[in-house]
Amino acid sequence: MSSLLSIKNLKVNVGEKEILHGIDLTIGKGETHVIMGPNGAGKSTLGNAVMGNPNYEITEGSIEFEGKDIHEENATNRAKMGIYLSFQNPIEVPGISLSNFMRNSLENVTGSKVKIWDFRKKLEEKSKALNMDKEYADRDLNVGFSGGEKKKSEILQLLMLNPKLAILDETDSGLDVDAVKTVSEGIKEFQKDKERSLIIITHSTRILEALDVDYTHVIVDGKLVETGDASLVDKINKNGFESYTA
Amino acid sequence: MKEKTYIDDVDRNLYDFRYEEKDSDFYKVDKGLTPEIVRQISKEKNDPEWMLDLRLKSLEVYNKLPVPDWGPSLDGLDLDNIVTYVKPKTALTAKWSEVPNEIKETFEKLGIPQAERESLAGVGAQYDSEVVYHNMREEVSNLGVVYTDLESALHGEYADLIKEKFMKLLPPEDHKFMALHGAVWSGGSFVYVPKGVKVEIPLQSYFRLNAPGAGQFEHTLIIVEEGADLHFIEGCSAPKYNIANLHAGCVELYVGKNARLRYSTIENWSKNMYNLNSKRALVEDGGKMEWVSGSFGSHTGYLYPMTILKGDNSKCEFTGITFAGKGQNLDTGLKIVHSGKNTTSAVNTKSISKSGGIGTMRSSVVVNPGAEGAESTVDCATLMLDDYSRSDTIPVMDIRTQSADVGHEAKIGRISDDAIFYLMSRGISEEDARAMIVSGFADNVSKELPLEYAIEMNNLIRLEMVGSIG
Repeated sequence: MSSLLSIKNLKVNVGEKEILHGIDLTIGKGETHVIMGPNGAGKSTLGNAVMGNPNYEITEGSIEFEGKDIHEENATNRAKMGIYLSFQNPIEVPGISLSNFMRNSLENVTGSKVKIWDFRKKLEEKSKALNMDKEYADRDLNVGFSGGEKKKSEILQLLMLNPKLAILDETDSGLDVDAVKTVSEGIKEFQKDKERSLIIITHSTRILEALDVDYTHVIVDGKLVETGDASLVDKINKNGFESYTA
Repeated sequence: MKEKTYIDDVDRNLYDFRYEEKDSDFYKVDKGLTPEIVRQISKEKNDPEWMLDLRLKSLEVYNKLPVPDWGPSLDGLDLDNIVTYVKPKTALTAKWSEVPNEIKETFEKLGIPQAERESLAGVGAQYDSEVVYHNMREEVSNLGVVYTDLESALHGEYADLIKEKFMKLLPPEDHKFMALHGAVWSGGSFVYVPKGVKVEIPLQSYFRLNAPGAGQFEHTLIIVEEGADLHFIEGCSAPKYNIANLHAGCVELYVGKNARLRYSTIENWSKNMYNLNSKRALVEDGGKMEWVSGSFGSHTGYLYPMTILKGDNSKCEFTGITFAGKGQNLDTGLKIVHSGKNTTSAVNTKSISKSGGIGTMRSSVVVNPGAEGAESTVDCATLMLDDYSRSDTIPVMDIRTQSADVGHEAKIGRISDDAIFYLMSRGISEEDARAMIVSGFADNVSKELPLEYAIEMNNLIRLEMVGSIG
C-alpha cells in the first residue's frame, strides 16, 4: 500500500483551545475512509487542518501528502497538489458565476488553459449526473442556493477538479433522502477511479449505505478512539457513540 | 496560524505613463483668471456673442461664490496657478491618419483605436482641451444623429437649440466650479438624437488631461428627442502629474418624452486630480434616464449626478461604484428629484475603501408636492478592505407627497477569512481570491457595461488589488 496522506500525532488549536489532541491517520491511494463521531468531536477540524485553513493552528505533529510535509503550504498550493475539501457550509460569493469560478479553479489546479467548449461539455455531463439544471452554472457561486444545492455544487466541483484526495465534510447533513442519493451517486462516480482517495466525515450513516468503505474511524473529544472496517459503520448505526463517551 | 493580510499601495504603472511632449507645441494662457483671459479664450474659440457674455457673467459669479466647505478639503487647489486652457496646435481632423504621431501614440497606449474599431459608433477623443479627432460611423449620421464637438456645433444647424439649452440645467450660479466652468469651458461633445431614432451602438467620448497644472472644463450637451434612444459612454483616464489638477466638466442631458438615455462613465483620473464634475438630466413624460457610473481615480472627488423627473411616468436608474484607495477622498452620490406623477427611481451603489481611502456616498431623494405615486428605492453597499479605511453613507430623503413610496437600505461588509479560504481551497491564490470577491462585489456596474468596458473595469480592479497581500 502506498500512502497518500500520513498524519502523525496531530494537535490542532482553534484560537487558544486545543481541539485535536494527537491524531494518527494514514490514507492509502484508492482508499475510502469514513470518519465518524459525535458533534464537536473535532472531525471538521481535521478536514480544515489538512486543507490548510489558517484559522486552524497546528501546534504539534505533521501532515505529509505524497511523502512531503505540507505544513508550510497554504490552501492554494495544497489544492494544486491534489487535495480537495467539500465544505460543510459553502460560502456565498456574489458576482462570480459557478461556471466561471470552476473554470478559473480548474485552470489554477491543472496549471493549463481550459478550452471553454471542452469545459462546458464536461460541466453539462457532470451536472446531469447530479440532477442539476445547467442553469446552476450561470448563477452566482452558492448565492441563493438551498442547502442541498450547495452540497451538490460542492460535489460538482469535486467531479470537475478530480483531486487525488477528497475530504467531504458533512456533505450529507441537511439533505433530504433524494438529495443524499444523488450526492452519493456523485461520490460513487469519483470512487470509480481507483487512484482517488476519499475521507468522508459524517455523523450519520445514511450517505454510506450505497458506498464502498475501506476503513472507519471514530473520533471522540479530539482523539481517534477506534478504527475498523466497513462493519464498524453498522455497529455505530446500531449503538451510536455512547460506548465511547461513557 | 492565522496570517495577517493587509492591502498595500496600488501599482498604477499601466495608467500613469505620460507621453512627453515639447512645450512649444502648445498654446497656453497666463496662469491667473481675469476677464482678459476669458475674452482671449472666447476669441480663440470663435464664440458667438452670447457665449462671450455668458463667460464674462460666469466669471463674475465665480469671483463672488465661496469654495464649498461641506465636503472633502479643496485646500490643495491653487486656482490662481492653474493654467486653465491648453490646446494642441493641431486643428480638428476627421481622419485617424492625420492625427499627429505624438498624440496618436498616447491614445494607442490608452487603447482608443481598438475601442473604436470594435464596438463604438464614433469617437470624439479630447486631447487636453480640444477635440482633435472626430469620427463617426456613417449609418449613425445617416439617421440624422449629430455627434460633434460643441465649438463647431455652436455655428451649425443646431446653434439656436444649443443657445436655448446651454447651462440652463446647470447654471453658473449652481456652485463656484460651475461658474468657473461657464467662464472657461472648452471642448466637449454635442449629441442630438432626433425624434424616434434609436442609436443601436453606444457613442463614446474619451477625455484626458495631459499638461501639468491644466484644468479641464469640457462641456457635454446631449439632447434625446421624443421616443429616441441613446447610450453614451464617457471614459476618462489621465496620466500622473506633480501639481494639483482640476477637472470641472459639465454634463447636461435632456431626455424627451418616452425617450431613453443611458449615460455610462468609467472615470480613472490620476491620483492628484480634483474631480469636481457636475452632471444633470431632465426627463420628460415617460422618459427614462439610466446612469452607470464607476469612480476609481482622482485625489478628491465631488460627483453627484442629478436627475429631475419632470414628466409623468418618467424613470431613473442609477448604478454606481466608487473605489477609494490610498490617499483618495471620494465624495460621490446622486440626487433625484421626483416632480411628475408616478415617477420611479432605483438606485444601486457599491463603495469600496482600502489602504486608508475615504469613500462617502451621499444620496438625496426629493419628492415634490404633487409628485403623487412616486416610488424610490435606494440600495447602498460598502466593502471595507482593511481596518484603517473609511466609508460613510449619508442618505437624505425629502418627501412632500403623501402617496410616495420611498425606501433606503445600506449594508457594510468585509471580505471574510472564510471566503478567502474557500476560494483558496480551489487552487486560487489569495491575491486572486480577493480580486475576485471585489470584482464580484462590483458586478452591479460591470453587468451594465458593454463587455469591453466591463473587462477594462475588472482589469482596473485587479490592478488596484495587486500587491494587496502583505
